Amino acid sequence: MIKILHPGFFNTIQDKGRVGFAEFGVPISGAMDSFSADLANHILNNSLENALLEITFGGCSLQFLENTIICISGADFLAMLNDTKVSLNTQVEIRKNDVLTFGKRIFGSYAYLAVTGGFQSEIKLKSRSFFQNITNEHLLKKGDLLPISSINKEYSISNASIKFSKHHFESKEIYCYKGPEFEILTDFQQKALFEKSFTISKEINRIGYKLNEFIENNLPQILTSAVLPGTVQLAPSGKLIVLMRDCQVTGGYPRILQLSENSINQFAQKTTNDTFRFSLLEN
Amino acid sequence: MYQLQYKPFGEKAILIEWPVTISELILDDILIFKSKIIAQKKSCIADIIVGYHSLTIVFNSHFINYTDEISILKSIYNSDIKSAKKFHHLWEIPVCYDDEFGLDLEEISKKKNLSKEAIIQLHSQPIYTIFFIGFLPGFLYLGGLDSQLFMDRKSNPRLQIDQGSVGIGGKQTGIYPLNSPGGWNIIGKTPLLFFDAESEKPCFATSKDFIKFIPISKEEFYEIQRKVHNKSYQISKKSIHD
Repeated sequence: MIKILHPGFFNTIQDKGRVGFAEFGVPISGAMDSFSADLANHILNNSLENALLEITFGGCSLQFLENTIICISGADFLAMLNDTKVSLNTQVEIRKNDVLTFGKRIFGSYAYLAVTGGFQSEIKLKSRSFFQNITNEHLLKKGDLLPISSINKEYSISNASIKFSKHHFESKEIYCYKGPEFEILTDFQQKALFEKSFTISKEINRIGYKLNEFIENNLPQILTSAVLPGTVQLAPSGKLIVLMRDCQVTGGYPRILQLSENSINQFAQKTTNDTFRFSLLEN
Repeated sequence: MYQLQYKPFGEKAILIEWPVTISELILDDILIFKSKIIAQKKSCIADIIVGYHSLTIVFNSHFINYTDEISILKSIYNSDIKSAKKFHHLWEIPVCYDDEFGLDLEEISKKKNLSKEAIIQLHSQPIYTIFFIGFLPGFLYLGGLDSQLFMDRKSNPRLQIDQGSVGIGGKQTGIYPLNSPGGWNIIGKTPLLFFDAESEKPCFATSKDFIKFIPISKEEFYEIQRKVHNKSYQISKKSIHD
């Protein structure tokens, strides 16, 4: 078990999400930055399907009530194990009663805490990913006890650490494909999309990130149709919304761009006031 | 056979579009195509999402060549694999239109110059077609609202609308499956649950099923609510052939 001492801003359990339930209107969910989540599981030799703790913006602490091995990947929130700084992207041995604290944000928005064998919280619709009205909890509270897999008595820690580049967190280029309604934009609107630099607004969450800048919008709304994580919608006001992992399954705003899978992960690690450009890929 | 448009939708999905109209004929064609695709390619598909005039196929992994995938899909569309004859259900949905639940009945009545009884009659008369589920888990997109009841969404959305509330938004009527903020005009409430995360089939209804609203009293509402809570309520349904 892991006990939440201080719950922080918005922490959830996430895995690969609820695949196969879109026909019931169920969002996919899953780790915002699945690249970093996979990395943490991979370093522990876990299955990539194993559930992890997703930590948003640091500022939380938890206590291990049993021995285990962990790996932290993704954002850097100055993680401390008791009084010692913890390295990212490497196996870390944990003793019963150790306290892990995430402090202030150095870079990124989402950190992933993987434990050997994965978190064992409830499965709803084939996933452990927290989602309001589907899982009993939708974010962690003080005092919550999270079940984890027990480890083998005979285990050994590998000191290997993955050399990683900060490009994943610092790239100012977000790669995307033309969305289904891209072609109904005027040349002027299309050009503006790739020439402008965009800024992420204060309105950001697991459902989507709104951008500050406007694109002239004279497009009609569309008949309700599918949207996906990474779909860029053009709202009636002319603002852009980049949909993220908890987005609805259908929408009525024109879908003008679709982020590449890797760019969704990189975009997830950005935050309010970060700037970037869209860069077009060909299908 | 319709002239369909196939569009890549990122690295993992293909969007197929029918002519831009809301029609049951198009819905039928979409669902036939959907069942053929599932029969042929189920193992490589993560999700298939139905829209009014679209089908979006989300693959399990990045597909290698989308031109190839599209030509496979085209030949599936043109094939005449007989999909098994399907039954559809007509579900009877009890709704209490009492003032306690019908928060905006009064306002609609004034604006439309219709009595509350007339509104209830117009709303509970038609058989509505379920086009698809989206927006919220278990939210049914319904076709068939009487044009006399078309009513713009409220300019000030409510911060919370109770689960089960039945509303009108523009040319659509629908049921809020979960507590949620919302801008629809609320005319009643059903004690039934439209989303149950404990079930492998979390919503009892599906595309091309039908529903009819059955007006009930407040006493009946609470009685059915109790049964739903105890899982002893059987939703009344009829089978309809294709």
